[in-house]
Amino acid sequence: MSETARQNGAQTRAPVLTATNVTRRFGGLVAVNNVSLDVRPGEILGLIGPNGAGKTTMFDLLAGSILPTSGEIRLNGALVSGEAAHRRIGRGLGRTFQIPRPLPNLTLIENVMLAAQGQAGERLLANFVTPWRVAAEEKAAAKKAAELLDLVSLTHLAHEPARVLSGGQRKLLELARVMMADPAIILLDEPAAGVNATLLEVIIDRIRDINKSGITFLLIEHNIDMVTRLCHRVLVMASGELLCEGTAEEVARDPRVIEAYLGGAA
Amino acid sequence: MIDLLGYGAFFLTTALIFSLVTLGLNLQWGLTGLFNVGLAGFVAIGAYTSALLTTPDDPARLGGLGLPILVGWLGAMVVGGLAAALTGIATLRLKSDYLAITTFGVAVVVQLVALNAQKLTGGPFGIGFIPRPFSGLAETPLLFNLSNLAVVSAVTLVVYLALQHLARSPWGRVLKALREDERAAVSLGKSARFYRVQAFAVGGAIMALAGALQAHFIGFIAPDNYLPILTFQVWVMLIVGGSGSNAGAVAGSVLVWAIWAGSGALTSVLFSPEQQARAAALQIVAIGVMLCVILLVRPTGLFGDRPRRPRLGKHARMAPSEGGSGS
Repeated sequence: MSETARQNGAQTRAPVLTATNVTRRFGGLVAVNNVSLDVRPGEILGLIGPNGAGKTTMFDLLAGSILPTSGEIRLNGALVSGEAAHRRIGRGLGRTFQIPRPLPNLTLIENVMLAAQGQAGERLLANFVTPWRVAAEEKAAAKKAAELLDLVSLTHLAHEPARVLSGGQRKLLELARVMMADPAIILLDEPAAGVNATLLEVIIDRIRDINKSGITFLLIEHNIDMVTRLCHRVLVMASGELLCEGTAEEVARDPRVIEAYLGGAA
Repeated sequence: MIDLLGYGAFFLTTALIFSLVTLGLNLQWGLTGLFNVGLAGFVAIGAYTSALLTTPDDPARLGGLGLPILVGWLGAMVVGGLAAALTGIATLRLKSDYLAITTFGVAVVVQLVALNAQKLTGGPFGIGFIPRPFSGLAETPLLFNLSNLAVVSAVTLVVYLALQHLARSPWGRVLKALREDERAAVSLGKSARFYRVQAFAVGGAIMALAGALQAHFIGFIAPDNYLPILTFQVWVMLIVGGSGSNAGAVAGSVLVWAIWAGSGALTSVLFSPEQQARAAALQIVAIGVMLCVILLVRPTGLFGDRPRRPRLGKHARMAPSEGGSGS
């Protein structure tokens, strides 16, 4: 299926993730104000805006790290606004962090295997009652984790502790880790931040490959080149509110976006 | 020679009982990062529970059900585990030093209840006539001590193997993940509270089992056995042995108990009887000095989770585009 046909199909299907009139206050500060958005299946949606626009707060709201003061968040149609963060990945929503959070003393393969969902061995008693089932699941998880590490070109470090990784490699590890959970949608928080140009190309290629396999992305990014190359649609936030929506080229020409970034200097 | 052998068995039995408490603490702290400074409380709960279940009927206090010793040990684990789970549910949203203060408070409450609830615990007089395994062999101390050592060794081995199995399991991997970065673990679908309560409960149950074993080994318990000094001793054992290592927990317990008992014997030889009460403080000094030496020479303890050196050197750290996938 061509890229255009895939995107047209995405527009006609129900959104993977929707936020309706979502607001989040911290005391007197309104970090996110009445924001509504929807992420369509199979697309890469960009979320950009100047520092302090409320992008990461919006991300945390969608991922369940913080709960909205008001408004609704739906994941594949199910209302998840009040649901704890650890339940969302089970519903198909995975996330990465602006500053990567590898588990430094666990090996890369352990880091990735941790993200497997519904493992019998994560139940205390199952390790004694059904050890054969736990062993079989571990074997399968290890195989899949090795494949994912290969996908992000980290196979040669699979049995090293994650603390040896460079900043860019940590981003790739997070991508492999979140993929282990078989998510329908992945929220990527600034995947290009602090990454050298060579590794950035690897990250862009992997995101594109993963997206082609049917996984939806919501991407916060300041690197406009990356946004332009990857995103099918872009949303712009400023001062906690949604400013506009369009293709990367459209929003780049929008005077409101220029005003938000340059603060009236333009 | 026979006396020395008997003392050796007695010494090892006590050290292994300590090692059980240390294994419980290692699960909570070494694996999960839970700062429990109230472990003496859970040891006390186990000791009193087993004593109340197994001692003969006593009109002066409640309990005294006269049940078999094994029932007492199981009861101690259940009650200790439940007490730890309840403590966990109430406190595990707290972090590090706040959790430490709260758990310390729990231990003080348990000790004060033991001291004042005379109708239940015998108050300051404690509970005596706790049935001892192999009491029929009490006439021959060597045989009695060796038999007890065999039982305590078997229990310690079972607990050690079970904890080793768990540490390498997916369950253990989740605990380590929570220790390293709670937010990352939660984002991957792991409920921090659920797993922390489990680790706290299992650790508490093991500590309670140790308390029960000790109660039946000695045959008498009193509130003074469960003062904060017990918590201090066990923490030193874990730090010396190496936090995060079950083998370290056992080795540290035996080593620290050897120094504790050895320094006690030394003070009784070196000081006159009227000075011995004050000289006993030297035991704490000896342990403190050893702790300092260990932290300076081997900061991760004898068997601690030592940072592993990357096996592949500089080449392994290169960007994948430069270093290749290696697949």
